[in-house]
Amino acid sequence: MRKEKNRHLKMEQRNALKGLAFVLPWILGFLIFTLIPLLNSVRYSFSAVTITPGKILLKGAGLEFYDYAWNVSTTFKLGLASTAMMIGCSTPVVLVFSLLAAIFLNRKFPGRTFFRAVFFMPVIIMSGPVISSLLTNYTVDFTSDGSQIVLFLSSLPGFLSKPCLFILDNLVLILWFSGVQILIFLAGLQKIPPSLYEAAEIDGAGAWEKFWKITLPYIKPIALICAVYTVVNIANYSGHAVNREIQENMFNTAMMYSLSAAMSWIYFLVVLLMLAVVYVLFRQSGRKEKVE
Amino acid sequence: MKRLLEKKTGHLAVYLILIGIGFVYLYPVVYMVVNSFFSAADLTDPSVTWIPTELCLDNFRKAFEALDFAKSFGMSLVMSLAPALLQTMVASLVGYGLARFRFPLKKLLLVLILITFLLPTQIMMVPRYVLFDQYKLTETAWVQFLPAIFGQGLNSAIFILVYFQFFSSYPKALDEAAEIDGAGKLKIFVTISMPMAKGATILSMLFSFVFYWNETYQSGMLFGSAIQTLPLQLQSFTLRYEAVFGADAAGTINESISLAGTCLSILPLVILYLVFQRQFVESIEASGITGE
Repeated sequence: MRKEKNRHLKMEQRNALKGLAFVLPWILGFLIFTLIPLLNSVRYSFSAVTITPGKILLKGAGLEFYDYAWNVSTTFKLGLASTAMMIGCSTPVVLVFSLLAAIFLNRKFPGRTFFRAVFFMPVIIMSGPVISSLLTNYTVDFTSDGSQIVLFLSSLPGFLSKPCLFILDNLVLILWFSGVQILIFLAGLQKIPPSLYEAAEIDGAGAWEKFWKITLPYIKPIALICAVYTVVNIANYSGHAVNREIQENMFNTAMMYSLSAAMSWIYFLVVLLMLAVVYVLFRQSGRKEKVE
Repeated sequence: MKRLLEKKTGHLAVYLILIGIGFVYLYPVVYMVVNSFFSAADLTDPSVTWIPTELCLDNFRKAFEALDFAKSFGMSLVMSLAPALLQTMVASLVGYGLARFRFPLKKLLLVLILITFLLPTQIMMVPRYVLFDQYKLTETAWVQFLPAIFGQGLNSAIFILVYFQFFSSYPKALDEAAEIDGAGKLKIFVTISMPMAKGATILSMLFSFVFYWNETYQSGMLFGSAIQTLPLQLQSFTLRYEAVFGADAAGTINESISLAGTCLSILPLVILYLVFQRQFVESIEASGITGE
């Protein structure tokens, strides 16, 4: 009896070891390429780095570089603000837009394949240089001075008009960030059992009610995934002022590595804060659904 | 009859909305394609807007040379296909290990994997550069391959989670049958589990490929000038152009030529998409990324 149990235990241990063997590459990679670099990045941001052949010397500098990034650098805070604005304004627009697009693309109608192809274009064409070369110079301008909408929006109080104008200004760019989200929503929509809609129709529900009472609750956990993806994706967009600034300052001879590291940590904190907001928003409203 | 009419108007509304939104995606692309055929004379002639008077293929020839197309294309292909393959292999292994085995700290590992997705690239830039620089690996392909081999590649976390989701959801009975027949874990994984995870594999391959193809921020820094992929060449198109056609040629570069360059650098992905269009959509639906 006891022997039996022992054997069972051994088996379990062996199995656990085998499982770990499968996961081992990731654990090693995480240590080498993520955790240690991450810790190093914290260290660089707090110290002055000097490079001698084959060696890196660190000298504690406290908050000096954070202070420089925040108080001395004239461009960093501006870039940070505009990027935060971009993320904050774009995320809701991307979510609403991609959900709508997915709902329409989910319907059966002639020519659907063509429209799907058009709407998935941003999934394929999403590299920074291409997007910027496509969009910076050659696109439609919704905010040409003097148009009625712009005049109306500018007359609103600042906290309203600023985000609205920003969205209008960057609408095309924002919509180009919605590719993958449309795909995810579309996949989610197809998981909703059609019988629910049929039952609702028998009870006399219209399209409006069906959307609010069936589609939306079902899609909520997926919306969280999409929201997180959107924030991360836009934050990583290489065309941002912040990202360019971090890159440019990497080999800033006076502040080798350190300034960049400090900037990237400040930026990361801001992004993290936004992710937290997203999480709280979707958490509260998503009653019991949980994505496993 | 009434139903039919309703359906017709419904379709019409959908078309109108889809065309409206699709315009945002189509316009820049169509603009790009059309304008890339403009000759210098057409460009300056205000009476020529959408239809060029002649198809100026010379733009493409110049862009082709400036981009060093054949070489950069090959480079892009290697730098995207190889990491995509490596990344998919590791993601499937790790996903399988997490889904099929019980071992301590598994929950923690899953959380860590999620966190790696949230870490922005710019925070890893400095320390990874230092790491690779220490071992003299910058400006080599290893900077792209090594993280992929260890599951820390571009968006690796997404693919690990997709595999995890898939392997958690399919019945264990098959595995167990093979185990009774005496097959080892690795053999079961290769011969039974992987063939079943075709959807996840297609998703992982396609999207890894596209992500890697489009990535320029980190690779631009780590590759230096040694490795030039298509998007990287596009990023510095004007410089390239001058390098190929001489400094005094800078004046002759016009919008059409740079648009032709953009066209050329998008083309491979468009072809990929057209070929794998169905797989792009279906793989997302089959992967269970939306939670079942």
